[in-house]
Amino acid sequence: MSYKKRVDGRKFDETRPVEAEVGVVKRADGSARFKIGQTEAWAAVYGPRELVPRFMQNPQKGILRVHYNMMPFSGHGNRVRPGGNRRSKELGMVIRDSLLPVINLNDFPNAVVDVFIEFPQTDAGTRCAAVTCAAMALADAGLLMSDMVSAIAVGRVDDKIVADLNYDEEAFECDAGVTDIPVAIIPSTGEVSLLQMDGITTKKQLFEALELAKDVSKKLYEVQKSALKKKYKVSEA
Amino acid sequence: MIIDKKKIIDMMGKGLRLDGRKADEFRKIKVEYGITKSAEGSSRVTLGDTVVLAGVKMEVAKPYPDTPDQGGLMVGAELLPMSSPEFESGPPSDWAVEVARVVDRGVRESHAIDVKNLVVKKGELVWNVIVDIVTINDAGNILDASAVAVLAALKDTKLPKLEKDIIDYKAGLTKEKLPVKELPIAVTVYKIGKELFVDPTNDEEKQIDARLTVTSIEDGSLCSLQKGGESPLSVEEIDKMIDIAIKHAKSLRKDL
Repeated sequence: MSYKKRVDGRKFDETRPVEAEVGVVKRADGSARFKIGQTEAWAAVYGPRELVPRFMQNPQKGILRVHYNMMPFSGHGNRVRPGGNRRSKELGMVIRDSLLPVINLNDFPNAVVDVFIEFPQTDAGTRCAAVTCAAMALADAGLLMSDMVSAIAVGRVDDKIVADLNYDEEAFECDAGVTDIPVAIIPSTGEVSLLQMDGITTKKQLFEALELAKDVSKKLYEVQKSALKKKYKVSEA
Repeated sequence: MIIDKKKIIDMMGKGLRLDGRKADEFRKIKVEYGITKSAEGSSRVTLGDTVVLAGVKMEVAKPYPDTPDQGGLMVGAELLPMSSPEFESGPPSDWAVEVARVVDRGVRESHAIDVKNLVVKKGELVWNVIVDIVTINDAGNILDASAVAVLAALKDTKLPKLEKDIIDYKAGLTKEKLPVKELPIAVTVYKIGKELFVDPTNDEEKQIDARLTVTSIEDGSLCSLQKGGESPLSVEEIDKMIDIAIKHAKSLRKDL
């Protein structure tokens, strides 16, 4: 058996439609909205600001905190109980680690930069949407960054390597099963700053998937840049 | 920037506010429906720069033993740390609980949602309507914006499909709308010095002496009251505040 046609009719390397904008939360120091299909992330950045409790402060440089949260009505199915859980804790951590390589907080000892990521609606791929969105919000906040970060979930459905799995595709029933591989790429170097995997794969398939992630991330990077340029009115000439 | 309280009172006495409005004037309000596909009903309310979302999830459950012929209604509010530098992660603050409870009481006491209509099988299975408010940007007057958002989300709600007493999320929503029988609108009237005003900004909200949230329905009856703030109110003030609230409720109802 072979996976001939994707559940929503896309090409194997095609993402769902994307939308991006920055400056969407007025009270925040930086903010962004990123939508891919029915997965919609909002990110707001506050800081650098004083970090309490003080024992968490780092006298060498500022620290980055990332809070990942699904709105109670944003789940696929039942209501999500407010207040976070093991999953949201882990995701906050891996998202932070994916952003840290490009952000320089050396000028802000003892301070914190908080990134709050919220989802009004979800249809898989939330951690990658979160990374892509948070990177734009950090840039909008005017923080010193050496690059962006662009993330996409790639994976294997039966015998095919695909980009941007949605919920129905993650749940697709087939002999060889489905593997989900969220990847974040630093565009200028091609380095990987987030990599997770759930499911079975060969090494060959994994590298095929990583190549695909690299290609897709280039397109997302352009979307991020144009959203930022739109707010700050930089002409494309 | 913290604005001096005396300055606010002096200006208000001359009919002026920092953003150019009159004391008795709301900011522009915009109501959008169906803003998330994950909820059974949803809305976004933009009041000046204040933005709140509300989403409805429908659940089926066994009714409470003392009310076998009634479904349930619950309103929750999360003041997301995304929406203000003053909100923190963690358990709901006093203000979040007050917002949720005041909005909940308005909907409940006006019988906007008839809980007797929410029975699937008497004594065995009922619908619970859970409405969650989340703030996106707090530029003042979260409570009044939330009350409008909750009503809009309820109006937008369609029932999910039941398959053997379990919700079948794959089937999508049915065409059956959740009946909303009243439109209880909460309007909070604020007191600073001797002045009364509505729809505060963040700066104004911090300086107030007292407030009264009045929830009223279409015929002008009241269905919920909540006095807040550290100063008392005279009966004459309460009289004026209720009139102001009912007047604004009538106009806000047209925006739904």
